[in-house]
Amino acid sequence: MNVFEYQARDLLARYGLPIPPGHVASSPEEARQVAEGLTKRPLVVKAQILAGGRGKGRFLSGFTGGVRLCGDPAQVEGVARAMLGGVLVTAQTGPEGRPVNRLLVAEAPQIVRELYLAILIDRERRCPALVGSSRGGVDIEEVARKNPEEIYRIWIDPQSGLWPYQARGFAARLGLRGSLLNRAADVVVRLYRFFCENDASLVEINPLAVVEDEEIAVIDAKVGFDENALFRHPEIAGYREELIEDTREAEAMKARLNYVGLSGEIGCMVNGAGLAMATMDILQRCGAEPANFLDVGGGADQDQVVKAFGILMADPKVRSILVHIFGGIMRCDLIARGMVEALSHAKPKVPIVVRLQGTNFEEGKEILQRSGLPIRTADDLADAAEQAVAAAREAG
Amino acid sequence: MSILVDRSTRVVVQGITGKAGTFHARACLDYGTSVVAGVTPGRGGQKLDERVPVFDSVAEAKEATGCNASLIFVPAPGAADAILEAAAAGIGLIVCITEGIPTIDMVRVLACLEGKETRLIGPNCPGVITPAECKIGIMPGYIHRPGPVGVVSRSGTLTYEAVWQLSQRGIGQSSCVGIGGDPVHGLGLREVVEMFEGDPATEAILIIGEIGGFEEQEAAAFWKTSSRKPIAAFLAGATAPPGRRMGHAGAVITGAAGTVKAKMEAFEAAGIPVILSPAEIGSGMARAMA
Repeated sequence: MNVFEYQARDLLARYGLPIPPGHVASSPEEARQVAEGLTKRPLVVKAQILAGGRGKGRFLSGFTGGVRLCGDPAQVEGVARAMLGGVLVTAQTGPEGRPVNRLLVAEAPQIVRELYLAILIDRERRCPALVGSSRGGVDIEEVARKNPEEIYRIWIDPQSGLWPYQARGFAARLGLRGSLLNRAADVVVRLYRFFCENDASLVEINPLAVVEDEEIAVIDAKVGFDENALFRHPEIAGYREELIEDTREAEAMKARLNYVGLSGEIGCMVNGAGLAMATMDILQRCGAEPANFLDVGGGADQDQVVKAFGILMADPKVRSILVHIFGGIMRCDLIARGMVEALSHAKPKVPIVVRLQGTNFEEGKEILQRSGLPIRTADDLADAAEQAVAAAREAG
Repeated sequence: MSILVDRSTRVVVQGITGKAGTFHARACLDYGTSVVAGVTPGRGGQKLDERVPVFDSVAEAKEATGCNASLIFVPAPGAADAILEAAAAGIGLIVCITEGIPTIDMVRVLACLEGKETRLIGPNCPGVITPAECKIGIMPGYIHRPGPVGVVSRSGTLTYEAVWQLSQRGIGQSSCVGIGGDPVHGLGLREVVEMFEGDPATEAILIIGEIGGFEEQEAAAFWKTSSRKPIAAFLAGATAPPGRRMGHAGAVITGAAGTVKAKMEAFEAAGIPVILSPAEIGSGMARAMA
C-alpha cells in the first residue's frame, strides 16, 4: 500500500529525517496560508497523486507540470487554483490521469547534487536491501539499464540489522565526503529504522539531495507498506480509505475482498489468486478482456459473496459475469447460496456463467438450478470462458 | 517413494482448536493422514473428537507422540512464532497454511531457520500431499490419484485445477507441493524440482508458476543442467498489470524478471514446454510425457 508524499513526509519526519518545511493543502486559500507560514523562498507546489513523473505531467485542463516552483504566497495560490480539482496525466498514470485533491506546499532549497536512496525487501535473498546511486533525481530504472555500475547495493542481515559503519560505507560509495558523509550515513540509519519499525515494503528517496550550506535533504519520498502488517500499525492502516481512488476497489476493501479494477468487459469472481489470474488469462486468449481481478479467498462467507457479486453487477462496463470456483476450503454450495441471495436483491442485467468444481460442487449446481435464475453452467474452464465471452458479445 | 511426506509421517496440527484447524485436521484424518497431536497453548489435556490429544506446546506433543511434521493454522500475528516453536522442538517438516503473515516476520523466521535441518513449506500455501498416503494441507483429497507426476506450484486453487485435469486424464501424481504465494517463503520452486529429480517415483514434473519474483528462472536453470525427466510448465498472470498486487503478496510485477514473458523465455531457453492455456494443463502434461 503506497501512501501520498505528504503522508510519507509526516511519517519520516518523526524519525528525524531532514525534510524541508511544508504542509498539505486542499484549497487555494489553504495553500496560500501554508506558504505564508514558510520562511524561505522559493516555494514548491506539488500535486499529490500516487504516481511518478509529476514534474513532466500535464493537466487535462492544459496546465503543465504537477510540480511548480513559486516565488511568493500569491503565486502559490494561483498555481493551487490551477491544480486542485484537476486531473493530472503523467507517464505513469495512463491517459485517464489521476484526480488532484491535495497539494504539498513546501520550501524548495537550492539543490547542489541529487542522489538516490531506497530500502526494500529482496525476495530472492530474503532480506532487506539498500539501493543507492550518485545519479538521483531521474528514473532509476533507466539508470539501471544504461549505467548499471552506477547503482550500488548492500544486503542487511535481518538478525544483526544495519550498523553505522555500513551506512558510512554506503554514503562514501555515493561520493560523499567530510561532514556530508556523516550526515548521509545518519539518514541511512534512520531510514532503515523507519523501514523495519513500520513494516514498510519500499522506501524510496529520489532525490536525496545535497543542498545549500552542506546539508542533506529529502526532496521526494515514495513509501509503501506491507499490507499483511497493517494490523500492527493502526495509524497507517487508517490512511487506506483516502488512498483508494477506484470506487469499486473501495467497496471491495470494506468487504475484505481481493479486488483490482481493470478495464475489460467480463466481470470475474474466482476463489484463489492463481486461479483468478489464470481465468483472466484464458478470457484474453478467447479474445476478451477481464473487467477485474477478484479473489474471494478461501474463507469467504456468504455475505462476502453477496457483496462481491454486488460490485460486479454495479460495474457499468461489465457485459457478462464469469464465476469460477474450485472448492477446497471454500464450499461450492456456499458460493451458490451467496449468488442466489445477491440475485434476489437485484435482478441481473447481464448474463452469468458459472463453473463449480471441488468441495460440494454437486450441491452448489443443484442450488443454482433450483433457484430458477438465468444462470448458465459450464463443466470445465475452456467451456466457461467461451460461454462468458459469447454471452458478453450477445449482450454488447 | 514420494517426496517430503508418506505413510510414516506423523503430524501435529498447531492451532487445532480453531475453526480452520479443527476442520482440516479432520479432513486430513479422513484422508488417512496420521494426525497424532494438536497444539493450542492453554488447551493442553483436551482431545479432538476423542482421538487426537491436544498439548500446550510442540515440544510436549513431540515428546508424547513422536510427531515429525507440523501443519500450522495459527492466525497471522502469531504464525511466525508458531513456525519457530516447531523448529525449536526439532520438527523436520513444517507446513504453514496461514495467510497474511508480515513479510519482515518471514525474513526473520528464515534467517533463524538457516543452517537447520527443518524444512518449511509456505506460508500462504495449500500444503503437500502424496496421494493415497498422506495429506498435510487444505487441498481437496479426492481430486488426487497416485501416479508418476510431481506437481509444484505457487498457487492454491490453480493447483487443484491442474491436478484435477491430470486425474481426469488418468495421470496420477507422486506428490503435489504448494510452496505458497508470499514473496518471502520457505521451500522454493527450484528446491522442489530438485527433490522430484531425485525421487524414483516421480517420472515427470509439472510446474505451476505465476508473475513476480525470479523462482521460475532458477527452477528452469536447474532443470536444464541437472534433470532429464519430462517437464511442462504453466504460468498465471499474462494479463496482470504491473505494480498491482494480484491477491498473493508475491504476485506483483515489480521488475522485468517478474513478468510472464520473462519467465516464459527462461523456460523456453531451458527447453521446458510452456502450456499456454490453463484449460490445457492436463493435455499439455500428457504431451510432454509422450
